[in-house]
Amino acid sequence: MSGPPTLALANVSKSFGAVRALRDVSLELFPGEAHALAGENGAGKSTLVKTLAGVHRPDSGQVLLGGEPVTFAGPADAQQAGVAVIYQEPTLFPDLSVAENIFMGRQPRTSLGRIDRKAMHAQARRLFERLGVTLDPEQPARGLSIADQQLVEIAKAISRDARVLVMDEPTAALSGNEVARLFSVVEALREQGCAILFISHRLDEIFSLCQRVTTLRDGAWIASEPVEGLTHDDLIRRMVGRDLDALYPKQDTTAGEVALQVERLTREGYFTDVSFQVRRGEIVALAGLVGAGRSEVARAVFGIDRWDAGSVTVAGRPLPAGSPTAAMGAGLALVPEDRRQQGLVMELSIERNIGLTGLRSLRRGVTISRAAERDRARDWALRLQLKFGRLSDGVGVLSGGNQQKVVLAKWLATEPSVLIVDEPTRGIDVGTKAEVHRLLSELAGQGIAVLMISSDLPEVLGMADRVLVMHEGRLTAEISRAEATEESVMSAATGRAA
Amino acid sequence: MTTAAAPPEPAVRARSARNLVDLVFRARELSLVIALAALVAITAGVNGNFLSGQGIEDILLNTAILALLAVGQSLVVITRNLDLSVGSVVGLVAFVTGDMLASGWGMVPGIVLGVAIGAVCGLLNGLLVSFCRVPALVVTLGTLYVIQGVGHFIAHGRQINAVDLPPGLLSLGNGSVLGIPYLPLITLVVMLAIGYYLRSYPSGREFYAIGSSPEAAGLAGVPVRRRILVAYLVSGCLAGLAGVLWLARFGTVIADSANGWELLVISAVVVGGVAITGGVGSVYGAALGALLLTTIGSALVVLRVNPFWQQAITGALLLLAISVDRVLALRVARLLRRRSRHG
Repeated sequence: MSGPPTLALANVSKSFGAVRALRDVSLELFPGEAHALAGENGAGKSTLVKTLAGVHRPDSGQVLLGGEPVTFAGPADAQQAGVAVIYQEPTLFPDLSVAENIFMGRQPRTSLGRIDRKAMHAQARRLFERLGVTLDPEQPARGLSIADQQLVEIAKAISRDARVLVMDEPTAALSGNEVARLFSVVEALREQGCAILFISHRLDEIFSLCQRVTTLRDGAWIASEPVEGLTHDDLIRRMVGRDLDALYPKQDTTAGEVALQVERLTREGYFTDVSFQVRRGEIVALAGLVGAGRSEVARAVFGIDRWDAGSVTVAGRPLPAGSPTAAMGAGLALVPEDRRQQGLVMELSIERNIGLTGLRSLRRGVTISRAAERDRARDWALRLQLKFGRLSDGVGVLSGGNQQKVVLAKWLATEPSVLIVDEPTRGIDVGTKAEVHRLLSELAGQGIAVLMISSDLPEVLGMADRVLVMHEGRLTAEISRAEATEESVMSAATGRAA
Repeated sequence: MTTAAAPPEPAVRARSARNLVDLVFRARELSLVIALAALVAITAGVNGNFLSGQGIEDILLNTAILALLAVGQSLVVITRNLDLSVGSVVGLVAFVTGDMLASGWGMVPGIVLGVAIGAVCGLLNGLLVSFCRVPALVVTLGTLYVIQGVGHFIAHGRQINAVDLPPGLLSLGNGSVLGIPYLPLITLVVMLAIGYYLRSYPSGREFYAIGSSPEAAGLAGVPVRRRILVAYLVSGCLAGLAGVLWLARFGTVIADSANGWELLVISAVVVGGVAITGGVGSVYGAALGALLLTTIGSALVVLRVNPFWQQAITGALLLLAISVDRVLALRVARLLRRRSRHG
């Protein structure tokens, strides 16, 4: 690595009010390297990304571009300088075409200054050829899968001749072969001299894609070092500052009677003929690629969406279709995938959020008892080891892992007999992840039937007593704990299994 | 996911998905034209005078001002905002311009003054919405009342009479060139210019980008605040121009002549297929919406339906337009999903 780094941070600090998000952090990105940024949630990764992207300006320290100090006045400035950022949730214009998304603000023009649509579509097509993917430039961005949306973002970055590509958890919502395709694209960019900053909670990905890794903890720089020679445990120790217990501590439990029975459930266009059962004390994982219809099954079981055929039985009693109220009454709880949109009311306080599911039981006369609400919230906050300032703080200020705990508390407070969790640890740091796992295991030990949808294979293999695998809307395999391996689950998920 | 597994002929599949979406959006403007044609045919069948030269001219004259306001409004709505103040601006401009012209001002300074008043109102709205980040609904509801109040203060109960106005202005409102009245011509020119700009120029597309996803627009380096400011400025200017045309057409005006028009304008925009959530629609659709609403009004008179029904029908049409949009959007989303899964 000769010459100055393409982009660097030198002793950067950034505070928001009393919170010191970054303390004296330095980072160097050289051309042709894939550099991982590791750290728990709240370690300052997002702030660092936003500083590189020109969204935040450092309080002290410098951003260096090719060795020269620069000040980005805004995202446009950073883009001009060749820094492209791909956020976890792609930021596209759903109503505009793929090509317009790529070239917004820089459309090829005719001599009169009009947009040259033909040239724009041709250029977009060439970009996709270069990336080795087939996307139609004239298609609207609405309806693209998250993986395809990310490719559009990457095409955008390439079209700007980006020299630095920052990817903030790009793989969180991708399935195995989508990740593989993304990595081959990133690898090609790296060989062309692009500097890549890669953020992921999946340590395997860091080890397979990156050459160097920088670790942050509590906003402070811990280490920058070659990936080669490091072990998973080394990296976790740097991130957490201590050794972690086993990540997946599922205790063996004896399965009780059938708590949830799903028979030949079908929702046209989403999933077909899905049958399975979950017993008390069991953790059953529902694995598969993103888009296989797993979340849709969960939504139908819980009554958010109607089903067209089949039946759902909870503890021997059939559930009516399309009624979350009936599902809750029968003892079902659903912790949704997207906690910001579906799990929490971001503007409300921690106690209000936890209280939402049990407003009836908190009633004294006709009004809600604030004291009862607070007691209940305090009780659950302690049991889940929630880290918070005050219970009256908005949930928006909590870290992702703690937000997930609030969602869990909200549903556990209903004392469910069947708990459905959809991607319970997505975007959560290693430490909190272990806590969530321990919690799920304890709940199963208490006789709750747990159905866990997860795209995280190690989590599926470590936690589940049985693994159900879906592929394109159908249940393709049921694998016992003893037989479940990465290969057996992935081949069923990709439809290769017999 | 869809492309990596090498599905059969992905390009063909993507293309048909696109055609589907195209079709839905074109279907929107097409269905407006069909509704309009059916309405005209039925009404003309009942009363032949409806299609007389005078009947058509009346409809065009009545549409012109509403369509002009709808064109300005759609620019604002496309950015996911709203301008409720246009009715007040029309009233204020019509009165003040009339007052000045009656006191001896020339035509050109009068028109410039009208547009300038509209521009100031639009600028005020735009600054409050884009730079002070106050929700558009609140800002423009506030300016609606403020501008109305200013109008009443200036008018003090007076009325502008046609006899006091220069004949040149009145002929602008009621005269024609080659048999086509001036008013719809002016609207047509404005509509074509703005429509062309929005479709063909990079900065024009940015209005759609902002409405489609404000966050993404900011991250893509689109000058979000400046574009929103421009949208309000244009809406204000067109409302000012509409005020002058109002004066030219009716001659006799009071302080709040166009009271309540803001809702009619927004109805026209929504019926015309501009999504109230931004990012979708065209000024042509909005103008067509204005034409449809006006034609319904005229048709009801010809059909001797109690005019009170007009509002109910406008409202029903609005609900119908929104429901159809919603159903179509869900259908398309579902079809796209099915294609990407089974393609």
